Amino acid sequence: MKIAVTAKGGSLSAQTDERFGRCKYFVIVDSDTMGFTIIENPSFGAASGAGPAAAREISKHSVEVLLTGNVGVNAQQALDAVGVKVVTGIGGLTVKEAVENYLKQQ
Amino acid sequence: MIISIASGKGGTGKTTLAINLALSLEKNVQYLDCDVEEPNGHIFVKPTFDEKKSFGMPIPVVDFDKCDYCGKCGEICEYNAIVVIKQNVLVFPDLCHSCAGCWLVCPQKAISTKDKEVGQLELGNRNGIEFIHGKLNVGESLSPPLIRAVKEKMDPTKTVIIDSPPGTSCPVIEAIKESDFVVLVTEPTPFGFNDLKLAVEMVRKIGLNFGVIINRADVGNRDVHDYCTRENIPILMEINNDRKIAEAYSRGVPIVELYPEYRDKFLALYQDIERRVGA
Ligand code: SF4
Ligand code: SF4
Repeated sequence: MKIAVTAKGGSLSAQTDERFGRCKYFVIVDSDTMGFTIIENPSFGAASGAGPAAAREISKHSVEVLLTGNVGVNAQQALDAVGVKVVTGIGGLTVKEAVENYLKQQ
Repeated sequence: MIISIASGKGGTGKTTLAINLALSLEKNVQYLDCDVEEPNGHIFVKPTFDEKKSFGMPIPVVDFDKCDYCGKCGEICEYNAIVVIKQNVLVFPDLCHSCAGCWLVCPQKAISTKDKEVGQLELGNRNGIEFIHGKLNVGESLSPPLIRAVKEKMDPTKTVIIDSPPGTSCPVIEAIKESDFVVLVTEPTPFGFNDLKLAVEMVRKIGLNFGVIINRADVGNRDVHDYCTRENIPILMEINNDRKIAEAYSRGVPIVELYPEYRDKFLALYQDIERRVGA
């Protein structure tokens, strides 16, 4: 299963970012292998509609779960449309910790 | 004649000046409240509204029988208001600026439009004053189209008084650009002075005839006065700080109703402007 985490840096040990639409990076972790890919968020500096655009971006990578902090109404609608499950509450964690936490809770 | 009342910042008494001028003229006046985010001229003019119209802007509607999910609409939209995700085209009405880009670019002609209400237009009267204002709905941020709609009601055979939004950005320019004369209202404080300079720059750039009114002229310093002298800007009127005026304002009572003698001052102001426009 692919899990996307919003992050301030491009690695597993990077701090998570609580913003979804305007985070700097998405770290996409494969929970089976713990291998990961890093995507720069193209809507990091977007003036308008960063949430929907970010949702479009992660949907290209067959993500099933998104770990983040805050998701706006528009972003939520876009994520619902592509069937990405949103889990919030990653404040203060690293990417790796956020993923491990999530998997433990399953 | 079209006279706009503007101000580099809010709270300088711009609306007060506009309504008192309109009320003093009494006849053949049209009052256009273009401060559509916070219209409050009606509180003082107290018109009877006899017409209310919804004002809408077009937003896209996608026909999924024609759409092939090519993504072109999303690519052209500057605002991410239409987003193509997999086999889905999502429209976010609150982000749409009605620029028409998406429906013009769609190769399948799959996009039609529907109107989304962004505000209302209200038309009314009080004695000889024809009163029109636009009210932008809460949460909407795009005011120039509604300001244009208010101005479409302009009757050039009358003396038109426009209450402009505060500031120096697009909505202000939209409100004042065809005016014969712009009155800039300011206060003799450092903030007032700074915003006045920006407002002067703006009206000079558009190339409009203008003058300054100093409100609460006896508080603050002389910087505004000195600046106007230096820049050759006419000071049309000065109004001293008066507790009674402020109190009456908070109860929705205009100066000319509190002090009828002010009517002559506003009439003189009007004649002064008329002369400057004629010259
Ligand atoms: S441009 Fe037209 S056909 Fe292409 S995705 Fe948008 S609505 Fe569909
Ligand atoms: S009309 Fe313009 S702003 Fe609105 S969705 Fe279409 S392209 Fe975007």
